[in-house]
Amino acid sequence: MAEEEVKFRVTIDGIPVDVAPGTSILNAARQIGGDIVPPAMCYYSKLEDSGGKCRTCLVKVSKGSEKDPRPMPKLVASCRTTVMDGMEVQNITSPEVVDARKGVVEFLLINHPLDCPVCDQAGECKLQDLGYEHGADQTRYEFGRRTFERIDIGDKIQLHMNRCILCYRCVYVANQLTNKREHGIMYRGDHSEISTYIEEALDNDFIGNVIDVCPVGALTDKTFRFKNRVWFTKPVDAHRDCPSCSGKVTLWYKGADVLRVTGRKDEFGEVEDFICNTCRFETKQTSDWIVEEPTQVDKESVINSNHYYNFNPPAVIKENPALQEANAEQLARTEKLK
Amino acid sequence: MGRKLLLEHIDVPGINTFDVYRQQGGYRAVEKALKTMSPEDVVEEVKKSGLRGRGGAGFPTGMKWGFLAKPEGVARYLVCNGDESEPGTFKDRYLMTHIPHALIEGMIVSSFALGANTSYIYIRGEMMPQIRIVEKAIAEAKAAGFLGKNILGTGYDLEIYVQPGGGAYICGEETALLESLEGKRGNPRIKPPFPAIAGLYGCPTVVNNVESIAATVPIINDGGEEYAKIGIERSTGTKLISASGNIVRPGVYEIDLGLPVEEFIYSDEYCGGIANGKKLKALVPGGSSVPILPANLVSKTINGNARLMTYESLADGGFATGSSMGSGGFIVFDEDQCIVRNTWNFARFYHHESCGQCSPCREGTGWMEKILHKIEIGRGSIEDIDLLWDVQRRIEGNTICPLGDAAAWPVAAAIRHFRDEFEWHITHPKEALSRNYGLARYADPIAPVVQ
Repeated sequence: MAEEEVKFRVTIDGIPVDVAPGTSILNAARQIGGDIVPPAMCYYSKLEDSGGKCRTCLVKVSKGSEKDPRPMPKLVASCRTTVMDGMEVQNITSPEVVDARKGVVEFLLINHPLDCPVCDQAGECKLQDLGYEHGADQTRYEFGRRTFERIDIGDKIQLHMNRCILCYRCVYVANQLTNKREHGIMYRGDHSEISTYIEEALDNDFIGNVIDVCPVGALTDKTFRFKNRVWFTKPVDAHRDCPSCSGKVTLWYKGADVLRVTGRKDEFGEVEDFICNTCRFETKQTSDWIVEEPTQVDKESVINSNHYYNFNPPAVIKENPALQEANAEQLARTEKLK
Repeated sequence: MGRKLLLEHIDVPGINTFDVYRQQGGYRAVEKALKTMSPEDVVEEVKKSGLRGRGGAGFPTGMKWGFLAKPEGVARYLVCNGDESEPGTFKDRYLMTHIPHALIEGMIVSSFALGANTSYIYIRGEMMPQIRIVEKAIAEAKAAGFLGKNILGTGYDLEIYVQPGGGAYICGEETALLESLEGKRGNPRIKPPFPAIAGLYGCPTVVNNVESIAATVPIINDGGEEYAKIGIERSTGTKLISASGNIVRPGVYEIDLGLPVEEFIYSDEYCGGIANGKKLKALVPGGSSVPILPANLVSKTINGNARLMTYESLADGGFATGSSMGSGGFIVFDEDQCIVRNTWNFARFYHHESCGQCSPCREGTGWMEKILHKIEIGRGSIEDIDLLWDVQRRIEGNTICPLGDAAAWPVAAAIRHFRDEFEWHITHPKEALSRNYGLARYADPIAPVVQ
């Protein structure tokens, strides 16, 4: 007889969920789904130790646990805080959290060039989504932004540091998928740079995955640069027999041509399996692949043209004036889109 | 005249050498602890003494030691934080320069209490002379049999290593220090786990300030209860204060906690008053990261009680009208100092020293510096003050490590207490470039500032 599994009950924005001990608040929220899932720019489910840096997933723990009901004194990063039994978490039902998140979005954008019209990532950019869903429509920053020259790291990947939000995801990819440490952060503070070790090319067979994990357009695929806007391409799931990786990918078609190949991403934009460089860069013919079916694209994704994200909060927000005020911009946007 | 515990023999010539230090009664604590006490007894004495961490946060040292996990077969480490880089603080450097053996003796006693057989002293890279001095002191102690295998025949082994840092302020944060000690980039770790569970190389680790470790020597010599008799309430013992700024006699002073702030500034035994007969304008009592206090809140708290040099009294009034003991970097400002310029200078420091790991601190510190610079050079607008307030509010508490808070608090306090000076800088841009605002309206004893 199987032992009874221990589950912790955690309540997020008034919605209870039972999760395994050791689950983070963020993953518990993802099990519930919907608008109460905190956004995450640096956490990546497939990368060990990622998270905790961008601070967009801050939440308020209003009750620590059943045993120790004291609230936590500060907002915590939900991606790196594990749940306790009886924990109560407030995300969009806490004006403090909504305000702090707005602050983080503003901070992330002050040094971002906002060159979306010429950026390949536009349409599938996490920062674009984040700014759209949680930010203000105006910046209060009036000083110069940091700028860098574009750098080619290897012949297939281009690094555009201007757009980088220093989430460290690519650093974790390089550390965890490759044997030698050749990709990291140099300098400090807001002059930090993603860099390879003394301009050494990244020649590992899995290094192309830094493109997939990059939440913004800082690391882009040179075989796809300026070929097309993502919302004009049609994603199709396909696979091939690959000796080095799972071979499960998404092909991005324009007409009959495969414009690019990426890993298959889940609903949070995180890949399921890392793919090798051969699959990503070398095999761009339909004949290389066994096509499965059109990729399930979120109904509200920009790739599914003219459908935009709607804010659909739990009922408690509609009843509480203070929470309505905190989420005013989010609610107004939904009205506008009706 | 207060009692001197750490600096008792500071004036003895040659006290930096082992022989003189030993003649003056040095290393008695090692003999007492290793020969007559168990590690638990030592921890108990430190708990009784009420010693609080001297590095800034003021966390009770005995309690911190009590939290150390003790799994079987796993090494435990003591790491001494000698990365003193808080602007306004220079007490640890003074201690290491002049009485390095006080630190070594404290290291042996503390390592024994924690069951550590390898201990590290992490010293900031700029302090090369101090690194040499401490290394020499370790060699002397080892030659005398106080370090190495089987110390004093008690069967206890201990090696102490000195590790120079790279000179980053962030490496004074304990988890960043551990990363740096491991040879990695000095980024603070995300807590939990705390170092007491998984610290250096994943093993249970205690990180203590130089002064905290040195303070265990008098605690073991005289007993924790005797030490706890000095001071007031939960602020026990003596504390080194690095006094600087516009005072007659700047320097490092050892004070009994509980000394009135007014006496510390004006008495001839300590700072000797404000230099050149000027008036006091403001005080930063604990290093650059603590809130600045305007003159009317220096000698009296908001409730009219005398402000004392204790953890509680300096923090009386919370963030609105209080400050913090911090690391004891006591910076005095006279009427000629410009608060806007000083705040900009602090903000510039934190911008430069932010590690760049988490967004609010990385981007916010630079933003604050730019706004403050704009106000300082006379190009600011009134809205900039509110913007600055908003930026600091959104950094504070939302970052991985306390550097974000440390960057936000001085800005918040400066705006709270000296808003009229900021406004004057904006409304009189030309004048602001040629002269100082002078005394704030709070300078005379007036009604308390209400937030």
